Amino acid sequence: MPQASQAQLDPSGAPAKSPMTFALGEFWKSFRKNKPAIAGTIIVLLFIFFAIFAGFLAPQGINDQNIRLKLQPPSAAHWFGTDDFGRDILSRILFGARLSLRVGFLSVIGSIVVGTLLGIIAGYFGKALDVIISRFFDILLAFPSILLSIAIVAILGPSLNNALVAIAIVNVPVFGRLVRSRVLTVKEEEYVMAARSIGMGDARIIFQHILPNSIAPIIVQGTLNIATAILDAAGLGFLGMGAQAPLPEWGKMLSDSREYIQTAPWTVLFPGLAIVLVVVGFNLIGDGLRDALDPRMKN
Amino acid sequence: MNDTLLKVSGLRTSFFTDDGEIPAVNGIDFTVHEGEILGLVGESGCGKSVTSLSIMGLLPSPPGKIVGGHIFYKDEDISHAKESRMRQLRGNDIAMIFQEPMTSLNPVFTIGDQLKEAIRLHSHLSKKELEERSIELLKQVGLPRAKELLKEYPHELSGGMRQRVMIAMAMSCNPKVLIADEPTTALDVTIQAQILDLMVKLNKETHTAIIMITHDLGVVAQMCHRVAVMYSGKIVEEGTVKEIFNRPQHPYTKGLIESIPDLHDKKDSLYTIKGSVPKPGSITRGCLFAPRCEFVMDKCLEQTPELLGEEHKSRCFLHQG
Repeated sequence: MPQASQAQLDPSGAPAKSPMTFALGEFWKSFRKNKPAIAGTIIVLLFIFFAIFAGFLAPQGINDQNIRLKLQPPSAAHWFGTDDFGRDILSRILFGARLSLRVGFLSVIGSIVVGTLLGIIAGYFGKALDVIISRFFDILLAFPSILLSIAIVAILGPSLNNALVAIAIVNVPVFGRLVRSRVLTVKEEEYVMAARSIGMGDARIIFQHILPNSIAPIIVQGTLNIATAILDAAGLGFLGMGAQAPLPEWGKMLSDSREYIQTAPWTVLFPGLAIVLVVVGFNLIGDGLRDALDPRMKN
Repeated sequence: MNDTLLKVSGLRTSFFTDDGEIPAVNGIDFTVHEGEILGLVGESGCGKSVTSLSIMGLLPSPPGKIVGGHIFYKDEDISHAKESRMRQLRGNDIAMIFQEPMTSLNPVFTIGDQLKEAIRLHSHLSKKELEERSIELLKQVGLPRAKELLKEYPHELSGGMRQRVMIAMAMSCNPKVLIADEPTTALDVTIQAQILDLMVKLNKETHTAIIMITHDLGVVAQMCHRVAVMYSGKIVEEGTVKEIFNRPQHPYTKGLIESIPDLHDKKDSLYTIKGSVPKPGSITRGCLFAPRCEFVMDKCLEQTPELLGEEHKSRCFLHQG
């Protein structure tokens, strides 16, 4: 208990720090040392900035066509060049950030909510429910994720929102299993038994004891999953199963321009680069979070 | 003083594992009267904790299950009561404190949060009353700086302080029976004495009956009124502390008393009871203690002795003619 003894021996008599603020401080200390994670954070913040202020930053609208300026290479007027309709690629990428980040965040939030709910039910109440839910997760995980999302989109009809729903469904078991395993661990903690011994009910135990002690791994997995979700959305877009023209979705832009890859490579290069950067950014943050939170998860 | 609060009769609790049924508690009877401190003594693995969890309805199930007998709280059989009924009883009527104070508090909430939550479970108090009641409880268990303590987190407290907080939480709704499952085992000796004193004090002030589960006869001598000695899932001897210490009947109890270190008697080595507790269910015939008993007779291997006697009961043929 090095923390405890430190806290008690603290001669300054400073006001008590909650383990949350304490953990945040510790977390920030170790996260700050992680250079790649900081780089990832900067990349992601930059794209969030682009997404929010796309309207101000973009030199043109996303669908301003000028057929005389089609397939122009990068220049002072069009930094990233123009596509086959003469649309400014930079503007489209900036607006595309909105679409991709929205899919990333919303689908992961959806997966977390549903996955956590199912994970808690499976882990806490166990028995038949656990078997049913766990086997359901196993079945979902048995499919390659992109195949399953294509199947779901095929049922719902191709659109960006349906792609979002499909990606959320595909990722539910990832969080479900994670939460279930945390619940199984925390459920056995003595403070849960102590809570039950004074007459606390299941709902309170779940919200007071189990969820607050399960949050760290959910955050890490969530961050990593935003990257996967964005990639999957781009993949679906590329296959024509996600965003539909004329939406400036990056995957869709890639597939629309793929015939010009030799004559006008910038039409493919910049949307591809945007995807890579965002995905790398979220992955770096996720890895950094995991490293920073890991020692706490162990104890 | 002699009103029966809790009556355990013929309680049998088993664990169902891949290797079959393991009878952890194999037919025990005891009663707890109002305001009394009953010691439940025995070696590790003899079923003390399983008994307490059975009473609380907190057995890990599966694999644990009450397979026989009854537990009466006042006149109500709670051995198979519904979870909702048990939830009302827990905290309000029967509360429990655990062995490990270091892990019995949730690390992410303040002492105040957890204590107030415990009070709120069984009563409707305003915010201000809650605060006052919490401070009062912390003072009652002898914690200084009660007001500041409410805002502190478990990791800032020592083991002894945490155990006091746990006692405060258990006492928050004035339970009639408090089950203390080795509450001092994880604490060092000086703190142990303080906690025991505190429990005796609470027993006197609030008239809460205490079931003190321990493997330490010293603890029993210090605070209990009556003792039940458990061996391998059964009670082998029961009586007042005075009786048990002065005139132990069962060879197992004698062994336990002799193996207490004595300052004045300079022996080179301590007395030990040879062998170890048999695996539950491994002995099906005769007295469970027979394989380790110094006074074993032929009869002991053939027949199972009953717990007989009036005030001082024992389960041994030596005292049953």
